[in-house]
Amino acid sequence: MDILYFAWVRERIGLPRERVESNAATVADLVSELRAREERYEVAFSDLSALRVAVDQELTDFNASLSGAREVAFFPPMTGG
Amino acid sequence: MRVLVQEEPFDLAAETACFARGEGGSGAIVTFTGVVRDLDDAPLEAMEIEHYPGMTEKALRDIAEQAVARFELQDVLVIHRYGRLVPGAQIMMVATAARHRRSAFDAADFLMDYLKSRAPFWKREITAKGESWVAAKDEDEAALARW
Repeated sequence: MDILYFAWVRERIGLPRERVESNAATVADLVSELRAREERYEVAFSDLSALRVAVDQELTDFNASLSGAREVAFFPPMTGG
Repeated sequence: MRVLVQEEPFDLAAETACFARGEGGSGAIVTFTGVVRDLDDAPLEAMEIEHYPGMTEKALRDIAEQAVARFELQDVLVIHRYGRLVPGAQIMMVATAARHRRSAFDAADFLMDYLKSRAPFWKREITAKGESWVAAKDEDEAALARW
């Protein structure tokens, strides 16, 4: 699946998107896999309360299922308007 | 219903005039315009707005549809810019058309509360001292509870 990062999450991880092969069942499982990869992921995902997640462009939460998901995005709380 | 996500400026007067011409059955039209504001401590050189192409359009459309259903709007317009904007530049606008003014005002207020916290935009302020991401405010999240 494609993983996208925005704003300071993108800066901390160092790239805007990447393709990841994962069998993670939920967003939280995917986060655990990413955190185990490298320090920059560990840093970016250290405080999940500061992050929001969208699965296939719908805002959801970290318990959401990834069954059939094609795109997961991580970002800080939004500041539109 | 019209929802636009764009980098280029929009013509507030022309958009408002076009919107106001559209609906004969509306007794009330409300418009709100968001403008890049200078900072209190250091002069703002620019504001950069990042967004999530694809999701942004969907989220704005979804919020606009909710407003139409909830406030029985006759029409709604949402324009939101991204990219580099200087102080004084117009960031976004909403316009609502309803039979009565209360619905039009409330719908514009609802749209703004949701655009603040539920549309995937991220603002970054650039000053002579450096750059920083604008943090979301607790009160903006709390404002959603009103609805």
